[in-house]
Amino acid sequence: MPQFRIALGGETFSFDSLATVMARATPSRSGDHLAGIAATSDVERVAAQYVLADLPLKTFLAQPLIPYEADEVTRLICDTHDVAAFAPVAHMTVGQFRDWLLLDSTDGAALAALSPGLTPEMVAAVSKLMRNRDLIAVARKVQVISAFRSTLGLSGRIGSRLQPNHPADDLQGIVASTLDGLSYAVGDAVIGVNPATDNIPTAKTLLQVLDDLRQRFDIPTQTCVLTHVTNSLDLIEQGAPVDLVFQSVAGTEAANDGFGVTLAMLQEAQDAALSLQRGTVGQNAMYFETGQGAALSANAHHGVDQQTLEARAYGVARAFDPLLVNTVVGFIGPEYLFDGKEIIRAGLEDHFCGKLLGLPMGCDVCYTNHTQADQDDMDVLMTLLADARAHFLIAVPGADDVMLNYQSLSFHDIAYLRHSLGLRAAPEFETWLGNMGLTGPTGHLAEQGAQKLLEGAR
Amino acid sequence: MTTDPWARLRWATPARIGLGRSGAGQPTDRMLKFQWDHARARDAVHTSLAVDQLAAKLAPHPVIVAASGAGDRATYLRRPDLGRVLGAWPADVAPGDYDLAFVIADGLSATAVQAHAAAVFHACAARMPGLSLAPVTIATQARVAIGDDIATRLGARLVVVLIGERPGLTVSDSLGAYLTFAPRLGRRDSERNCVSNIHGQGGLSIVAAADRIAWLAHQALRLGLTGTGLKENSPALLDG
Repeated sequence: MPQFRIALGGETFSFDSLATVMARATPSRSGDHLAGIAATSDVERVAAQYVLADLPLKTFLAQPLIPYEADEVTRLICDTHDVAAFAPVAHMTVGQFRDWLLLDSTDGAALAALSPGLTPEMVAAVSKLMRNRDLIAVARKVQVISAFRSTLGLSGRIGSRLQPNHPADDLQGIVASTLDGLSYAVGDAVIGVNPATDNIPTAKTLLQVLDDLRQRFDIPTQTCVLTHVTNSLDLIEQGAPVDLVFQSVAGTEAANDGFGVTLAMLQEAQDAALSLQRGTVGQNAMYFETGQGAALSANAHHGVDQQTLEARAYGVARAFDPLLVNTVVGFIGPEYLFDGKEIIRAGLEDHFCGKLLGLPMGCDVCYTNHTQADQDDMDVLMTLLADARAHFLIAVPGADDVMLNYQSLSFHDIAYLRHSLGLRAAPEFETWLGNMGLTGPTGHLAEQGAQKLLEGAR
Repeated sequence: MTTDPWARLRWATPARIGLGRSGAGQPTDRMLKFQWDHARARDAVHTSLAVDQLAAKLAPHPVIVAASGAGDRATYLRRPDLGRVLGAWPADVAPGDYDLAFVIADGLSATAVQAHAAAVFHACAARMPGLSLAPVTIATQARVAIGDDIATRLGARLVVVLIGERPGLTVSDSLGAYLTFAPRLGRRDSERNCVSNIHGQGGLSIVAAADRIAWLAHQALRLGLTGTGLKENSPALLDG
């Protein structure tokens, strides 16, 4: 006997579980089709959205999509749910919640207070009833501030990760790309390298080089080598200059197992990073990356749609007070997000869900060459995310990551967002840029900025 | 004409550093260069394999033509599961008893396969005089694991899949080779050995690739395994 049904237009639609309602109500994307859980027609999708709109938010507390006993992420979500914070919306259905979120009177303070009372499943559910403009309108009301050596998330500002990857981890090559990025005023969120190998001595050398560069120019930012959490623990033990501990996380215990990570390991890593006390204006020491499709690609999705699982990954992230959370939205390939339309939608959903859960949510606006997308799609998504007040965006030289072989934003694009939309860098970094002569009095890039930096690097 | 302040650093990385800017945008020539590179990568993904041309280049070795369960490129990109299994397989092929089967799969770059696969095959075959080779299978809309299905039907102890790799902006014709001992459905990636980046723009040369593939094939047949148990950097390989 189906649990959920609705009659519409002379037809009856039934759904056998809450997870099915969620999956069928999700805007179309290739990953849910690959998993065999997507709506089979447009009308079935809207029927599921009608069903979802009428469900009480409390349903998600009573019926976990993945069993409490079977999954430590579910246990984390249930055990840390703040009933008092949830009270203002406890009586609402998902549809009423959407209406409430869109009200002018529902301001940033109300959303911040509500955040601990929301579960990832509630946030994912309401996002499925929202159009792109709704996702932007609500997300931009939420202010999330995080800090280490720079303060991120302040009003009127957008941060940036400088990603100076090199296919062979060549140190001079990485420094060259870093200097290039700094000359475009990029890097206030983090200067973060994805190493080409998972080799610990290489990671240590990279950390040392980045830290030397930071200290030499006295840059108020943080550096990171994006290696496995167990490597970072090892590196901390060896006395390497670890600012941020990085880890990829997903929304189920089984998918995290595929990443070789548990909640206990993340706690240990956060404790170790904090023990170094390297932050100056704040102590948010964790950097997480996520992306829709991670659980399905690990065959660890429990029949739950990829967007809901992505929101559950944010449930993991928020337990560890991160400086940065980044959805690598188009990286995973067309079998999960097929084209520019699906990537743009997913980027806005991820940002909305992360923000509502109180996270410093950024995005790697990106795509691979076998995806039906191009730089025009990235232009649209970055502009929308900047308007939605994204915490930070990622940029690489000329939008071409020569190590990971995909396209992200160019350093130029961060300058575009700041020049055209009037957004600024983190305040400490902004002051440094001015002192270095990299930006002029208006905050725009200075004409001879690169030359000055290169002379200083000699 | 101003001097390029990045000239001193440009050699250190293939990254697009020191592009200059027009306002906050990329200068026109740099922007067009990026569009050109992306267009080439896109075309490499979507170009169809010219099967007859490839078969002619493989002569005199006999060729079997097969297709995966993904009927077209759009399906192939959305459904990796269908690209791993056979859709069409000629009814008149009887299983034999072979040491080795070569499978040439279009993968994500038919351009790479068209450019390098036949030469790599011939170079490998010349290094395997003692081994019995099955007919070469050309498989379209195919992923690496389709080799398991094909080798099972041919009756081969080892399969080598030559496949087009996902194109990057700089290199869009890179070929990869995957070796799997005792191939059967459900083999994991950790049970394969890979020789990647076979191309002419600073990648592995055809001769070097054939040396490595032939060495791995002989070792796999001798030891009865591929994957993490078969280390590619063994002294035997370095000794030549």
